[in-house]
Amino acid sequence: MTEFLQQLINGLAWGSIYALIALGYTMVYGVLRLINFAHGDVYMIGAMTGYYAAHRIALGASGFKFGIVLALSMIACALLGALIERVAYRPLRNAPRLSVLITAIGVSLFLEYGGQLLFGADPKFFPELIANRPFLEWRGVVINNIQFIILLVSVILMVLLQFIVMKTKIGKAMRAVSFSHTASQFVGINVGSVITVTFLIGSALAGAAGVMVSLSNPKIDPLMGIMPGLKAFVAAVLGGIGNIPGALVGGYLMGIAETFVTAYLSSTYRDALAFIILILILLVKPTGLLGKAVKEKV
Amino acid sequence: MILSRFLKTILILTLLLGLNWLFKNQINPYFTQIVCLIGINIIMAVSLNLINGITGQFSIGHAGFMAIGAYTAAAITVYLHDPVLSRLSFLPMPVAEGLFFIAALFAGGLFASLAGLLVGIPTLRLRGDYLAIATLGFGEIIRVIVLNLEFVGGARGFGDIPEYANFFWIYLFVLITVAVVANLVKSFKGMALLAIREDEVAAESIGIPTSRYKIIAFTVGSFFAGIGGGLFAHLITYLHTNSFTFLKSIEFIVMVVLGGLGSITGSILAATLLTLLPEALRGFDEWRMVAYSLLLILMMILRPQGILGTREIGFLKR
Repeated sequence: MTEFLQQLINGLAWGSIYALIALGYTMVYGVLRLINFAHGDVYMIGAMTGYYAAHRIALGASGFKFGIVLALSMIACALLGALIERVAYRPLRNAPRLSVLITAIGVSLFLEYGGQLLFGADPKFFPELIANRPFLEWRGVVINNIQFIILLVSVILMVLLQFIVMKTKIGKAMRAVSFSHTASQFVGINVGSVITVTFLIGSALAGAAGVMVSLSNPKIDPLMGIMPGLKAFVAAVLGGIGNIPGALVGGYLMGIAETFVTAYLSSTYRDALAFIILILILLVKPTGLLGKAVKEKV
Repeated sequence: MILSRFLKTILILTLLLGLNWLFKNQINPYFTQIVCLIGINIIMAVSLNLINGITGQFSIGHAGFMAIGAYTAAAITVYLHDPVLSRLSFLPMPVAEGLFFIAALFAGGLFASLAGLLVGIPTLRLRGDYLAIATLGFGEIIRVIVLNLEFVGGARGFGDIPEYANFFWIYLFVLITVAVVANLVKSFKGMALLAIREDEVAAESIGIPTSRYKIIAFTVGSFFAGIGGGLFAHLITYLHTNSFTFLKSIEFIVMVVLGGLGSITGSILAATLLTLLPEALRGFDEWRMVAYSLLLILMMILRPQGILGTREIGFLKR
C-alpha cells in the first residue's frame, strides 16, 4: 500500500509536468487546429534558459532564486512561442493543414539542432537550487521538497490559467476563437492578437515545466524535449485535444500510468506506453476522454 | 506490338546490366553507393507520394514500413541462405542468388503491405491531423517492436547481411515502382484516389468506396516501401532501428513535399536532390540538420507546392 501511494505521488509529479506541456498543445490546437510539434522544444528551451539564468544570477541556491529563474524562463519561452507563431505559422494562415504541420516539424528540428549548435550537444547539469529533502511523511509515504514544489507551482499555474480562460475578457476571446475564427471576427475580436496571446501563455507553461523538471532531473540537453513533448501530446489527445480540462486529465493519467508501468512492469516499455495509449485512444475514442465529437460540415 | 514491348524490356534490362557493370568497375565505389542510395530514396519517395500526394492522406510513419521490409528481407537472406541455396544448387550461382533475393524482397514487401493494411484499416475514419498522429505512432511502435526482437539483433543491430543489392537490382525496382505507380494513377483506380484527395465526402457521395481505395493506396505504398527497405538492407549490409526513426519518415516527407505532392517526377527529382545534398554538405555535418529544417520552413512559407506542384515532366506528362 505504501509502495502504491509512493508511486502515485511520483506519478502526480510527472503528471504535472506532462499536464503543463499538454496545456500548451491543447490551447494552440484549440485556436489554430495545429499540432505544434515545436512545443516540446520550447520546454527544452525553458530548461536551458533556466540553466543559464541560474548560473548568471549571483544569488545563493534558494527558493527565491528558483522563483526568479522560473519567471525568467517563462518570459523567455513566452516570447519564443510568440516569435515562432509570427515567423513560421502566421504566413501560413490559409495554407492546407499538411503545410503547417510540416512547418511545425521544421521549427521543431530547427530548435533541436540549432540548440545543439548553440548550447553544445553534450548534456549540462542544472545547478541544485533546492535541496532534495523529504518534506512530508505519512505512514512511510514520502513527498520530498521538489515534488511538493512541482505540484504546488503546477496547481497555482493551472488555477491561474483557468481564471484567465474563464473569467477574463481575453480568455473569453480565446474560447471564441477556438469556436470559430469567422464568427469571432464578426464580433470584433482581433484573431491575430488572440492567437499570439495563446502562444504566449502556452509557451510560458512549457517553460515552467522545463525549469521544474530540471530540479528533479538535472541532466539537460538540446534533445530532451522530444520524448516529453510527444508524451504530453499523447496526454493532450487522451484528454481531448482542444479541451483544457482534458489536457489536465490526460497529463495526470499519463504521468501516473507511466510511473506504474515503470514500477510494476518494466522500464523498457515506458516510452512505448505513450504510443500504445495513443493508438488505443485514437481507435476507441479519437475525440479523447473529455472531448466532444465534432460534426463534419459539408 | 507485343514484340516491340518485349524488345523494349530486353533493351532496358541490357541497359541496366551495362550500367551496373560500369558502376561496379569503372566508377569509384563512393559515387556508386550514392547513386544506389538515390535509387532507394526514389522508391521510398514515390511510394509515399502515392499515399500522401495522390490519395491525400497524412502518413508520417513511412520509415516503419521500410523497416519491416528491410528486416524481413534481411532475416530471410541471413537465416534461410544455406537451406534455400543448397536446394537450388542445380542453377548457376548468380541466377540462384538472384531468385533468392527477389523472393526475399517480395516477402519484405508483402509483410510491409500487411503492416500497411493493419495501419490503414483502423485509421480509415480518422481525418487529417489524427491520421498523421496515428501513423506516427504506428511507425514508432513498429520500431520499438523490432528493437526488442533478439533474432534480428535488437539493440546491437543486425549485421552480416549479404550484399545482394547493386545498381542493377535497385534501378530495376525503381523502374518497376515508377511504372506501377504511374500506371495506377492513370487508371480508373488512380482517378478514384485523386477524387478522394480532392474531396472525400464528394467522392463518397458519387459512389466511390473511399475506405477500400484508401486501403489500396496504403497497401501498395507500403509494399514498395518494404521493397525499398529490403534493397536498403542489402546495400548497407547492417541494420539498426536508429535508421528508421521518425526523422527518417520526415526525410521522405520532405522529398515528397519538395518535389510536389502528387507529382511522381517531382518525387524522383527531389529524392535525387535531397540524397545529394547531405553528401555535398559533408564538411558541415552539424549545420546539416539546421539547414534542413530551415529549408523545410522556408519551402512551406515560400513555395508550399514544391518544385513541380502537381505537374509531371517527360514521359509521365498527363
